Amino acid sequence: MNDVAETTEVVQSGLGQRILRSLQTNWKRLIILVPFLWLLIFFLAPFFIVTKISVSEAVIQSPPFTPMIAWAEDGAMQIRLVFDNFAYLWDDPLYAKTYLNSVMIAGFSTILCLLLGYPMAYAIVRSSHTAKHILLMLVILPFWTSFLLRVYAWMGLLADQGTINNLLIALGIIDQPIQMLYTTFAVYVGIVYTYVPFMILPLYANMEKLDWTLLEAAADLGARPMTTFLTITLPMTLPGIIAGSLLVFIPATGEYVIPDLLGGGNVLMIGRILYNEFNANVDWPVASAVAIALLVVLVVPMMLYQHFQSKADGAT
Amino acid sequence: MSEAINYQDRPWMDPDAEPFIKVQSVSKFFGDFTAVDSVDLEIYKGELFSLLGGSGCGKTTLLRMLAGFENPSTGNIFIDGVNMNGVPPYERPVNMMFQSYALFPHMTVESNVAYGLKRDNLGASDIAQKVEEVLEMVELTRFRKRKPHQLSGGQKQRVALARALVKQPKVLLLDEPLGALDKRLREQAQFELMNLQDQLGVTFVVVTHDQEEAMTLSTRIAIMDNGRFMQIGTPTEIYEFPESRLVANFIGNANMFEGRIIENGPDHVIVQSKQPECLFYIDHGLSIQEGSKVWVALRPEKITVTKESTASGSNNTLKGMVHGIGYLGGHSTYRVKAGDTLIEITSPNQSRPKDGNPPIDWDEEVHLSWEASSSVVLTR
Ligand SMILES: Nc1ncnc2c1ncn2[C@@H]1O[C@H](COP(=O)(O)OP(=O)(O)OP(=O)(O)O)[C@@H](O)[C@H]1O
Ligand SMILES: [Mg+2]
Repeated sequence: MNDVAETTEVVQSGLGQRILRSLQTNWKRLIILVPFLWLLIFFLAPFFIVTKISVSEAVIQSPPFTPMIAWAEDGAMQIRLVFDNFAYLWDDPLYAKTYLNSVMIAGFSTILCLLLGYPMAYAIVRSSHTAKHILLMLVILPFWTSFLLRVYAWMGLLADQGTINNLLIALGIIDQPIQMLYTTFAVYVGIVYTYVPFMILPLYANMEKLDWTLLEAAADLGARPMTTFLTITLPMTLPGIIAGSLLVFIPATGEYVIPDLLGGGNVLMIGRILYNEFNANVDWPVASAVAIALLVVLVVPMMLYQHFQSKADGAT
Repeated sequence: MSEAINYQDRPWMDPDAEPFIKVQSVSKFFGDFTAVDSVDLEIYKGELFSLLGGSGCGKTTLLRMLAGFENPSTGNIFIDGVNMNGVPPYERPVNMMFQSYALFPHMTVESNVAYGLKRDNLGASDIAQKVEEVLEMVELTRFRKRKPHQLSGGQKQRVALARALVKQPKVLLLDEPLGALDKRLREQAQFELMNLQDQLGVTFVVVTHDQEEAMTLSTRIAIMDNGRFMQIGTPTEIYEFPESRLVANFIGNANMFEGRIIENGPDHVIVQSKQPECLFYIDHGLSIQEGSKVWVALRPEKITVTKESTASGSNNTLKGMVHGIGYLGGHSTYRVKAGDTLIEITSPNQSRPKDGNPPIDWDEEVHLSWEASSSVVLTR
């Protein structure tokens, strides 16, 4: 009897030690597991749910779509996959046009953000230590106010009776208000305004690491400032440009609030279609199909980014 | 009989020679800090001129003003007779090799070297040929397709050198060019540099804080301290005739004795020091009053250590106790205490010690002696 009790105790303490030891050696993997689980639960699971809905049919019930797995009367399991929604997206030129419009607006906004953000990031990096921190704070400062509030503020600025028009009329530059609100222009203003910090910050991080003696070396070898910029600065900051551009382009493509509030009904963007299908038409399957198609549109640039990133990592 | 002096190797002694680089009372201020303090400098064609000095004394700042990365706060810099004030780096006939090499990380060895040539709008075949030649010279042909991060420290240094050389500049500025190399590679590179200077006739200005490197490489050396030149001269002049205690201590080691002039002859002076009590007979005259305070600098290798007294007179000898011995193979260093002063001596080991016993042992009484031409009198 005694013997048995002792052995179990030995086994138990051995097991405890083993767990402890494996914890010690594997703690890095455990730490990685936490964000991984997070992604799995909050990103991958919704993705599968949306994918599932996108291959069902709309019905008037709750939930408003047919189940994927149904039981026939004889008890056999039936799996119903309906690809009509995707076919519908493909056939109706409205959707293609909207996707194209979204990508174009997002792409053009990205270029504007780059043209605006690049010199700003450059100026911040080259400014003195104290000024640098103040300028960076200014870049981040807008995030302290609600995004929605800031977009409403832009409505106030751009409206026919808004601040800008009133000012221009008061100065006698125009006598009829220029329509700015509910135009593509307003959408660009909103997107560029909102997303330019996402361009500046990765560019700043990248330029901060740039070795400025390389620029001196180029000048020393006879390169004029423009040549130095094109042959040294630009290639060296390319990772920052790519990161910033994707951080602007991807969310801008699916943007809903800005085109809805600043574009009104006049600017077609995929975010608004998505919203309408879900809420106005209560056609969840089509809305899900729109979302999945949007994802496909966005996965391509993301994969490009991955490709560049791994190439850049391999180089350093 | 007047003999024609050959100025070929010593252009700075030729009164008719035009300096190639002329620095005229140049100062550089950073805020209220003076990094370079109204220096004057003349460097002649084909020289290998070293700027030597401790950390932060302004060497890099001076070099950067020559390259055009900084503008002098006051004064002028002439290169080949042209005032360089306001001339941007890309229009100056100088190339610089950076302390950190500053190789372009996104380009291959080949493209790094070709970079400067492309800016001169040369034809592709011309560029290829020049790159080929210079890579052969620095023995990097095998590595032409590599990126800088795939090279060793010595190889990077050679790429940096090749990149600066291929432009065939009139002046090559080198900021601590050999700082990152180990001793063996360093010596090899020093001789490569001297060969290049010989073959190409380029004027080199080299910044270093390694005094041995400066001695080996240079035609002339400028010793800098606090943004000023303390002394400019050939390695021999600076070593044998330092003008101040600072220079004597900076180049090599020196035992320093404080004393007073007690006799000032036309061809000699006698200095009496109190600590330790000693009379120095020195074979060079000095225009200075008897009784003034001076310092005598005596190099460690110029002192002879013996067990028995060999000196004939009472001048230039000292008696002391061996306080420490360092055996360094080729030579040994001794620390001898005379009075309260520790004196450092280095002496070559010309024969093997018999029965493992060193000729001079710890705590032995020894006699030190030196020649009249061994020491120098310094007034500051
Ligand atoms: N841009 C600058 N702003 C302010 N002070 C500077 C600047 N550049 C250099 N200095 C100061 O000028 C002095 C000389 O600097 P410099 O780089 O010329 O020294 P150095 O002789 O090359 O030293 P080291 O041997 O350590 O390289 C230093 O005290 C440095 O702090
Ligand atoms: Mg320096």
